[in-house]
Amino acid sequence: MEAIANDLLESSEENQEENICQFLTFMMADEEYGVDILTVQEIRGWEEITQIPNSPSYVKGAINLRGTIVPIIDLRARFGLPQAPYSSVTVVIVVKVDLESGDKIMGLVVDAVSDVYSISESDARDVPDVTNTENTEFVHGLVNVGEKMVVLLDLKRVLSLAKEPD
Amino acid sequence: MSIDLSQFFEVFFEESLEGLDVMESELLNLTPGDVDNETINTIFRAAHSIKGGSGTFGFTHVSDFTHVLETLLDQIREGSRELAAEHVNLLLQSVDCLREMLGDLQNNQETDLTTATQLKEKFEAILAGESQPASTPVATNSSSDNPPVEHGALDTYEVIFKPQHHLFKTGNEPIYLIEELAELGQLDVTANLDDVPDIHNLAADECFLTWCFYLETDKGEEAIKEVFEWVEDDAEITITLCGGLFGDDPIESEPEGVSEQATEEASTPTAESKSDKPAPAAKAAAKSGSTESTSIRVSIDKVDSLINMVGELVITQAMLTQLGEGEITENKLMALQEGLAQLAHNTRDLQESVMRIRMLPISFVFSRFPRLVRDTSQKLGKEVELKLLGEQTELDKTVMEKISDPMVHLVRNSLDHGLETPEQREEAGKPRVGTVTLNAFHQGGNIVIEIMDDGAGLNTQKIKQKAIQNGLISDSDDLSDDEINELIFMPGFSTADEVSDISGRGVGMDVVRRNIQSLNGSIEVTSEQGIGSTFTIRLPLTLAILDGQLVTVAQHTYIIPLISIVESLQIDLKMVNCVGGGLNVLRLRDEYIPILRLHKIFNHSGAIEDLDKGLLVIVESDNQKVGLLVDDLLAQQQVVIKSLEANYQKVEGVSGATILGDGRVSLIIDITGLIKLAGLKKAGTSELAIEPIESEEA
Repeated sequence: MEAIANDLLESSEENQEENICQFLTFMMADEEYGVDILTVQEIRGWEEITQIPNSPSYVKGAINLRGTIVPIIDLRARFGLPQAPYSSVTVVIVVKVDLESGDKIMGLVVDAVSDVYSISESDARDVPDVTNTENTEFVHGLVNVGEKMVVLLDLKRVLSLAKEPD
Repeated sequence: MSIDLSQFFEVFFEESLEGLDVMESELLNLTPGDVDNETINTIFRAAHSIKGGSGTFGFTHVSDFTHVLETLLDQIREGSRELAAEHVNLLLQSVDCLREMLGDLQNNQETDLTTATQLKEKFEAILAGESQPASTPVATNSSSDNPPVEHGALDTYEVIFKPQHHLFKTGNEPIYLIEELAELGQLDVTANLDDVPDIHNLAADECFLTWCFYLETDKGEEAIKEVFEWVEDDAEITITLCGGLFGDDPIESEPEGVSEQATEEASTPTAESKSDKPAPAAKAAAKSGSTESTSIRVSIDKVDSLINMVGELVITQAMLTQLGEGEITENKLMALQEGLAQLAHNTRDLQESVMRIRMLPISFVFSRFPRLVRDTSQKLGKEVELKLLGEQTELDKTVMEKISDPMVHLVRNSLDHGLETPEQREEAGKPRVGTVTLNAFHQGGNIVIEIMDDGAGLNTQKIKQKAIQNGLISDSDDLSDDEINELIFMPGFSTADEVSDISGRGVGMDVVRRNIQSLNGSIEVTSEQGIGSTFTIRLPLTLAILDGQLVTVAQHTYIIPLISIVESLQIDLKMVNCVGGGLNVLRLRDEYIPILRLHKIFNHSGAIEDLDKGLLVIVESDNQKVGLLVDDLLAQQQVVIKSLEANYQKVEGVSGATILGDGRVSLIIDITGLIKLAGLKKAGTSELAIEPIESEEA
């Protein structure tokens, strides 16, 4: 891990002038995940939700977002992480993704919003090929911010409903 | 860079397609031999602007094709050619062909030019048939391409074309002008390179060239001016007649190589912008693919009324704000209530007006039928008059788009099955010419569309026989004529003895009914033998709103479309039987109605399980009745349909979503989908089968 971190640090110094992307990060089960900030539409609190019958378990239901019906996906459930109880501080990040079937607006239930980082695109490293979990397919890359490691998500994959985890 | 022409493509396509519609309808008004000048002028104008536009945008195959059309029309317009029936047919075919070409361009597909070429050859043959002046110019292009419009003898013109530097920025392309000029006769081109700056100052998007043309033509000066019509504001154009002087002086004497070289050179600076073109075209087309038919033309009246209403709304809002300031007194409370009532009124009006924006007169659908009736009746050898009534009746655009196919089917059926041949009609003492009437009118919150013919009517005897043959009914069934007529909506049912290319394949009325039902509408038929038949379609005015019955199932609120509800009742357990596989059926007035437990189908827990404690909503879809077990019935209300698919995906058994008064989302039940989801299938007419519901855990 350290080797990779050093590697990343070095390369970030080399590529100072590269395109910088901003990522919104959030916490889930003590891990920090990041999504491209340009996809984020808004951040909302948890609210009452209408269930969609016969939907995958990670689809919590749909909410009314100023007249638009927006499905809400529980990221913990999507990644197969242990469930956490919802409370008034549970956060829904509303994102807009360009899927094959067109632009879709969806909400992601996460534990808490963390920070906004500017990350150079080339700093993102591929996921080491040792993890044998299905979840790596959702990961766009890993990046180090100071001491912490942030998992950058590939939202297109996360939100394509065709694939179910496990 | 030059301006991006692609941004105008959409407008061009829209206008051209509209032009084609105009051409089509006007062509149908034409009677050979008795030509109305205004009509021909309208057609000509439409063709001319399509040609001009396509030329400007570089769609040369369209403009070339339109050119021959235009030439023929021009001759008819000028009276130098009589309009014949074959011309009308040919012109109509060309309209179809052009429509296809434009469609292909719009979708960025390769155009198959075979039909166009064939049609063009036919036109050329017609045009060539005219006695031509002996001195047909040996044009660079095939001379038949542009048959001489008698303007007199050959003349030679000297044309000096000095475009301003910004020519390209106005979207003009000298090479097209030169090509068009070449079509007029023999052309000799010299490009003047004097103004071209050295390489460092050369700007690719500016035109530094000027040209000198010598044109030998019999078309006259007007024709030349017409070529430069589009650029006359952006260039200095001098046309001088060199008269006989040059006419006798063979231009061919000039070294051919030079002139060719000049032409080539002339086109060089434009080569870049030319090669650029397909790219923006592709982009625009790709975009238009998804946005096609998503635009709508709205009359200014509707927009005005909308603006008025928003104005009202703003005033009401200001009033309410004012009331909200300071302390609330008793007096103020009264005023506040009034203000809120006003606000409710405004909002309702506003909603109605916004809905009206989507409404278009049904003539948009009706207008395609004159052509259809003409072509079909010709093919069938029948004489038909088409009457259109209530063309101004307005209908939601989405409904309109979906209703036109079923209507086409019904009209074809009327022509093929309904109307008799002229001979048969005379025998029956009817006029030779049959009548098909399309009528549209509003009735309550619905629109009613009638398709009437004065033909033979449905042959109940024959339908009954066929139905017995197919095992749909038994010999002993005593059915009324209306019930027999209903049978034609059964899947796979056809009474046609022979399969023609128009109808009789048995894929017909059931699909028509299903399509109409998917629009929450209904269709019925009345018929009288020897007098004719009438198909009546009833549709909701808009697909965006439906009347719904709110029901609860395990704390979840669902909406059942009111139109599919037959009745709601409490279940008397004595009337419930159990069929193998755990399916309950309710005996209700000689009918066995399967009971579907909504909570099971939708996988909700905590619902009422006992049949006698819940309520049964009996719904009908595709002629099948089922009872839905729900916990409770709530209010009925109009709901605005929102798409669940837009951000999510298709959900079986759910047709969409809506937002309730408290802002919550509620799902609208799709009865047909629900029956499918429940695994209930119709085998034959009376048998029912149920399969276990697939559970989520699997």
